Amino acid sequence: MNQEGLFTVYRVKSVRVENQTTRSLIFNAPMAGVQPGQYVMAWLPEIGEKPFSISGDDPLALTVADVGPVSHALSRLKAGERVWVRGPLGRGFSLVSDSHLLVGGGYGAAPLSLLANRARGYGHRVSVALGARNKSDLLMWDSFEGMGCQVILATEDGSMGIKGLVTDALEKACADWQPEAIYACGPMGMLLAVAAFARAKKLPAQLSFEALIRCGIGLCGSCELPEAICLELGIPSGFLVCHDGPVAMVS
Amino acid sequence: MANLNIEFLGLTLKNPFVLASGILGTSPSLMERCAREGAGAITSKSCGPGPRTGHENPVALAWEGGVINAIGLTNPGASEEVPLLRQTKKRLAAQGVPLFASIFAPTLEQFGEVARVIAEAEPDLIEVNISCPNVASEFGTPFSASASSAAAVTREVRRAVNLPVSVKLAPNVPDIGGIAQAVAEEGADAITAINTMPAMLIDPYAGKPVLKNRAGGLSGPALKPIALRCVAEIAQRVSLPIIGTGGISNGLDAAEMLMVGASLVGVGSAIWRDGPSAFGRIAGELKAFMDHEGYDKLEDFRGRTIR
Repeated sequence: MNQEGLFTVYRVKSVRVENQTTRSLIFNAPMAGVQPGQYVMAWLPEIGEKPFSISGDDPLALTVADVGPVSHALSRLKAGERVWVRGPLGRGFSLVSDSHLLVGGGYGAAPLSLLANRARGYGHRVSVALGARNKSDLLMWDSFEGMGCQVILATEDGSMGIKGLVTDALEKACADWQPEAIYACGPMGMLLAVAAFARAKKLPAQLSFEALIRCGIGLCGSCELPEAICLELGIPSGFLVCHDGPVAMVS
Repeated sequence: MANLNIEFLGLTLKNPFVLASGILGTSPSLMERCAREGAGAITSKSCGPGPRTGHENPVALAWEGGVINAIGLTNPGASEEVPLLRQTKKRLAAQGVPLFASIFAPTLEQFGEVARVIAEAEPDLIEVNISCPNVASEFGTPFSASASSAAAVTREVRRAVNLPVSVKLAPNVPDIGGIAQAVAEEGADAITAINTMPAMLIDPYAGKPVLKNRAGGLSGPALKPIALRCVAEIAQRVSLPIIGTGGISNGLDAAEMLMVGASLVGVGSAIWRDGPSAFGRIAGELKAFMDHEGYDKLEDFRGRTIR
């Protein structure tokens, strides 16, 4: 892990439009030693610094939703422009079988795409359940299909895939494809539902949490997972998303 | 087998390692985790008169010599902090670990006010942070800059509360021993030395400081020799117990800090690499050193370098 260094300067090689608010920045160089699920801090010196999960490592790719000043500036970058990156940071997913179910809510698809890529590279069976509010919010499903994953989609308004929540897609995927482990990234409510489902099915699950990350090195305490969530999931309390996570194992 | 117990202001600690103020904030569950992972005492992050969100990112970075940070005194404000500290104290007491509460304030009078509010939570000690290097643009020159201003804050807090008081000093002064003496004369019970060292790191490609606040506090291995010199100087000038803090990353560092006269040893940036489990590791390393050198207890070598 490149935790010793300060920032490494990357240049944008190309930009892939994922939907109306989300773009993937593909950089000019790989990032070494990435475990899928890890994140980086991306800095634009005039603007600020924010955490982003790594959606590709060779070359480095970050998937950015335009929701604040830093992500807005990042999503307007053109080929050739520079981004200062520190990482990979935190702990990511560990592949614990050879038949995986990946569950993504909204932007949660981004780190899962690198995990799918890695698992497919090992020849593992990968199925993917993705959910979003509507068709245009569904992210990267075509990339997963392109990697040879089985994909099932759910939208709340029924504009694509089954009408319902990602957990409905999860149930169907589990029944159809019998995975041995679950890996999830998305909003807290979804993660808790996935954990409950995995517990009922006696499947190991790994959850990737989102949090307010400031220092990114486990010192400031800003990103602590709320104690009530830790208790519910059976994680020791005082879990630092930036250092102990963003991925936690639950069972 | 070496014994790490130590007496400090009437308290018995199971080891001399204290979570340094500013690390991991003011959350009861995080402070409890540090105790669970082996800290002998816990210091909460500095709390002031009102809530502060702190500086914008980047606020902290690791570099080859340690860490640089300008978090900016993020805290919920004294009155919000009291219930958090009460809860923390209860949880730590279950593990036999005392709680030190750090406070700061922009003015002399407010130091007294914050101390009075925080005293309601009955921490085992109040640590008076007069030396945060990252708020000078808002607060002006830190009170740690001179013996007279450091003494004035000590007097104010001493008058406000009946709890034990430790005053946290800055390294960037010409005569830290003189400042410690002035603080001791105003009735401080202990000295915490040192705070981080004001510093700046530049990204040459950006042509800018890496921290949003431009400057920050330097900590980690680069700070250790500076801290050892400061603590040695203070220990030779005053007889108060010292919480020696600055760049302690392993058991040998801790032995060095004790040898220059510290009673307790602060641990902060070392948590960057292994998380709070650093406490257990460093304690194990110190024990191994003591066994190797034939020391049974800390008093066998504490202060050895300056005697």
